[in-house]
Amino acid sequence: MRTFDYHAVGSAAEALDLLAQYGEDAHLMAGGTSLMLMMEQGLIQPGHVVGLRSANELRGIGASSGGIEIRALTTHREVERSSHVRDYCPTLVEAFERIATIRIRNQATIGGNLVHADPAQDPPPILLALDAEVVIQSKIGERTVPLDGFFRDYFETVVEEGELLASVRLPAIVAGTKSTYVKFLPRTEDDYATLSVGAALRLGADGSCEHVRVALGSAAPTPIRARKVEAALQGQRLTGPMIDEAAELVRDEVDPLDDVRGSAKYKREMARVWTGRALRSLLDGGGK
Amino acid sequence: MPAHRRLVDLLREGLGLTGTKEGCSVGVCGACAVLVDGDMVSACLMPAIFVDGTSVETIEGLSPPEGPLTPLQECFIRHGGFQCGICTPGQIMAATALLRDNPHPTELEVKRWMMGNLCRCTGYYKIVESILAAASGEGAPS
Ligand SMILES: Cc1cc2nc3c(=O)[nH]c(=O)nc-3n(C[C@H](O)[C@H](O)[C@H](O)COP(=O)(O)OP(=O)(O)OC[C@H]3O[C@@H](n4cnc5c(N)ncnc54)[C@H](O)[C@@H]3O)c2cc1C
Ligand code: FES
Ligand code: FES
Repeated sequence: MRTFDYHAVGSAAEALDLLAQYGEDAHLMAGGTSLMLMMEQGLIQPGHVVGLRSANELRGIGASSGGIEIRALTTHREVERSSHVRDYCPTLVEAFERIATIRIRNQATIGGNLVHADPAQDPPPILLALDAEVVIQSKIGERTVPLDGFFRDYFETVVEEGELLASVRLPAIVAGTKSTYVKFLPRTEDDYATLSVGAALRLGADGSCEHVRVALGSAAPTPIRARKVEAALQGQRLTGPMIDEAAELVRDEVDPLDDVRGSAKYKREMARVWTGRALRSLLDGGGK
Repeated sequence: MPAHRRLVDLLREGLGLTGTKEGCSVGVCGACAVLVDGDMVSACLMPAIFVDGTSVETIEGLSPPEGPLTPLQECFIRHGGFQCGICTPGQIMAATALLRDNPHPTELEVKRWMMGNLCRCTGYYKIVESILAAASGEGAPS
């Protein structure tokens, strides 16, 4: 690994000043779990690393207009153990518990996870299913973007040079909405998903589908929403067979990659299977 | 200290504390598990600069050189919780963190917590047995 100058900053403003000063030669570090490996492999070789660890304003979980706000530097373990998050949505806790191992969850952060933008990561599908937004800061100001649209490509997001991700905001959950996260991994429990699905569903008094979200991980160059599946179900009185039929549509929405966790063909098929199972479990009164 | 130095290098090379092992170097195997302010992390993924101002516990610090060993270490010996020993410091640090967090874990809780600590020798049964024995009070110095 090439060595670098490490700048420990105490605030987001300080970090943004350093990003402006060193431009392309600067890189942010949160938990460092992915960045260390990428630097080790020579994939990223910054001359200046801006360490966010002591920027306490970027850490923590709080209420935000009926929903919650999870600031960027919050570790996965903190999310998983937060009673605030559990009260807001137990499915979110379950999804974070599925990330790698406790060792990784103690060090890695939600902001680092989203900006790293590996499509196999666990938080994005469930955060997409819950309509998360992210707050991005720069020296000019702040912008809020929906997570749906945040990911551009493999390891690429809309966060530009000179910007940092400050927090993730989740809106209030309408009463009666159930959600689930399924991580399919045929190898070992601590592995990345071969395919994962985050889903949310709310049925009206007459049993029709008032609200539905389906998002997938490991299914395309970025985490994705399965809009065709959602559109096929919205407003319908749902039945199991109808869900199976809608789940077929996901095959055209995914664009998986062949890798050690399965061939593209297999993942496409698993996307259909697990989309169907996730939605059926919600229809059958499962989920949280 | 160079900024790119990892905690595992600081411990093993800088401080000569070779009890912490390096297996995979990519955060997966758990051989390098240490506790930073009580939280278990992979020393191969953590920049050494991160531990400035923190308390780092390694296998060397669990018991004084003249003994006694901790009940957990004693149980690993009694119950055959290791064979070649390369994974053992990491197993013991992880299990130490577990028993502090949850002094009376169920077998499933032990397995869940220890999931990220790989062992090529024991087949895991003896490791789980050792930890449950320590949790039941065995191995305390008499
Ligand atoms: C062995 C291993 C197994 C893993 N398994 C899983 C898994 O099963 N599921 C899963 O979801 N994830 C998994 N991960 C990924 C992990 O969850 C981390 O989220 C991820 O590695 C990055 O988090 P970090 O805080 O360490 O970020 P860093 O490594 O510090 O940073 C990652 C990238 O994000 C940028 N960045 C960080 N914070 C900010 C910010 N606030 N604003 C702008 N840019 C920022 C950095 O510049 C860098 O480019 C695994 C990682 C490892 C090492
Ligand atoms: S050497 Fe650090 S986890 Fe394997
Ligand atoms: S005792 Fe040999 S690897 Fe665990």
